[in-house]
Amino acid sequence: MVPLSWYLMFAAALFSIGLFGVLTRRNAIAILLGVELMLNAVNINLVAFWRYSDVMAMAGQVFAVIVFAVAAAEVSVGLALVISVYRRRNTVVADELDMLKW
Amino acid sequence: MFTPITFASILPEILILALGLLILIFEPFWKEDQRRNAGWLTAGGLLVTMIVSLLFGRPGEPTATLGGMIRFDWLGFFLKMLFMFAGAATALLLMDHEKAGKRGEAYLLLLASLLGMNLMAVSSDLVMLYLAIETASIPLYILSGFLLNDERSTEAGFKYLLFGTVASTVMLYGFSLVYGFSGTTDLVEIAAMFTSSNLSPLLGFGVLVLILVGLGFKVSAVPFHFWAPDVYQGAPTPVAGYLSTASKAAGFAVVLRLFFIAFPDFSEVWMPILALLAAISMTVGNLLALPQTNIKRLLAFSSISHAGYALIGVVAFSELGATSVVFYLAAYIATNLLAFGIVMAFSRITGLEEITDYAGLSRRNPLLALMMLAAFLSLAGMPPFGGFVAKVFVFAAGVEANFVWLVIVGILNSIIGVYYYLNVLKYVYLYRMPGEDEEQHPVPLTRPYTIALVMLVVGVVLIGTVFAPWFGWSSDGVFVLFN
Repeated sequence: MVPLSWYLMFAAALFSIGLFGVLTRRNAIAILLGVELMLNAVNINLVAFWRYSDVMAMAGQVFAVIVFAVAAAEVSVGLALVISVYRRRNTVVADELDMLKW
Repeated sequence: MFTPITFASILPEILILALGLLILIFEPFWKEDQRRNAGWLTAGGLLVTMIVSLLFGRPGEPTATLGGMIRFDWLGFFLKMLFMFAGAATALLLMDHEKAGKRGEAYLLLLASLLGMNLMAVSSDLVMLYLAIETASIPLYILSGFLLNDERSTEAGFKYLLFGTVASTVMLYGFSLVYGFSGTTDLVEIAAMFTSSNLSPLLGFGVLVLILVGLGFKVSAVPFHFWAPDVYQGAPTPVAGYLSTASKAAGFAVVLRLFFIAFPDFSEVWMPILALLAAISMTVGNLLALPQTNIKRLLAFSSISHAGYALIGVVAFSELGATSVVFYLAAYIATNLLAFGIVMAFSRITGLEEITDYAGLSRRNPLLALMMLAAFLSLAGMPPFGGFVAKVFVFAAGVEANFVWLVIVGILNSIIGVYYYLNVLKYVYLYRMPGEDEEQHPVPLTRPYTIALVMLVVGVVLIGTVFAPWFGWSSDGVFVLFN
């Protein structure tokens, strides 16, 4: 069986790639994609931890399922807000949205 | 599994859900100009919810219900009451908002996020905690970007969503590691596992930092505060008030429960981090508030600094400390909602939000100016208002826990704060409008505003003068954190 640490390293790498994308990308859609990668890393973590500990305790699986559901809700709201911004400003580039500044 | 106590423990949430459905049912039948009545329905319904919960939903012995997802105790109950009070006041302030007030969805989203906050105050399981935080946040993203035809509002919603999702995802990664290291998601069991498993402090530090990103975002502590000024300025004003009070208080509820119940063994790790965050939040918040010209941005930076003051109580990690945090939240919710309510009432008539625009307000509406005096003096920490007593308790807790340097930073910051709060009052009371014809430009208050603002002023004064019962409730509440 593949050791647990491999899964954790994979998840950590995925999380870092997602975070890197979030911090460097300027396009809102790409930022949301980065967030999705981070959420997937979390899910890999959760399921791996669940599988390698007490399999009868369902907490890890339930947690992962709830993370899916919340991620879906978050992204749908996110895309709706992106569309509403796009309609007003004709751009989805985060840097160009700078009306609110001091 | 479903015993009467299960229902009693989530009674307020059940009633809030029913209230939301009621609004969904009624709203389509109302004509355009009647739709603002949804605000009366929301506020009244929340008042009824509070009374019914007080009568039938009082907690007894702290118990875990819903399979350990929820703790039914006085801490959660007291905080829920505060959140529902803030929700009712926000609904009243929202009613006469030109664009949002006539849309039933606004009230529904308000109730949905209130539901999430209530659950944040009581959840004692990582799964429930995450779900509650997201239930509270997602409706707030929408509410911030609610005014589709307003560039500032859409931008505020967009920014809030981007910062919010990233912060909560980083926190979630921390949660997944906590689950992995302890093998359980129950907060009490997590503490027991960490006590017996002696996890290395370095790993503990890493996990705590991940979690603090999300919670720091919620309470808008520096360095996770970037969103606050932009969102407060762009979002509809009542929503900004709600964000800066109830949402922040819910974040503190989670901080208390998570750090005091799940991570007491790592207190040597998180106490210095939080002490540093508190010191930076106070200093940065207050210093950046000084050059502000927009009153909503000023209040945003002031709310960042108030997160710092409240964190002193958390850092103290004592019964007095936790009590002072809860007390601080009660005083702060009333005070800051009052401040945002006044800003809303003023800009509804005049359409202006600059501090200089407040010149001559004392002649344009003496009552509003007097309430503004109460709100800003309470924010500055002057007796006899709530803000003063709250600060005293927080600082006392800090001294008791030997964080004297932090308390000194806090006191120096309060002095900076007095300057910019009084600066606003200077415009209100000493300056006159250009043209000196204030009588021609009155700022009338509609009935919902009068009710909401008077209710909040009474709250601010009561917390500041008759503070013993409030302190008693807070201290009854936090008793469960230490036993």
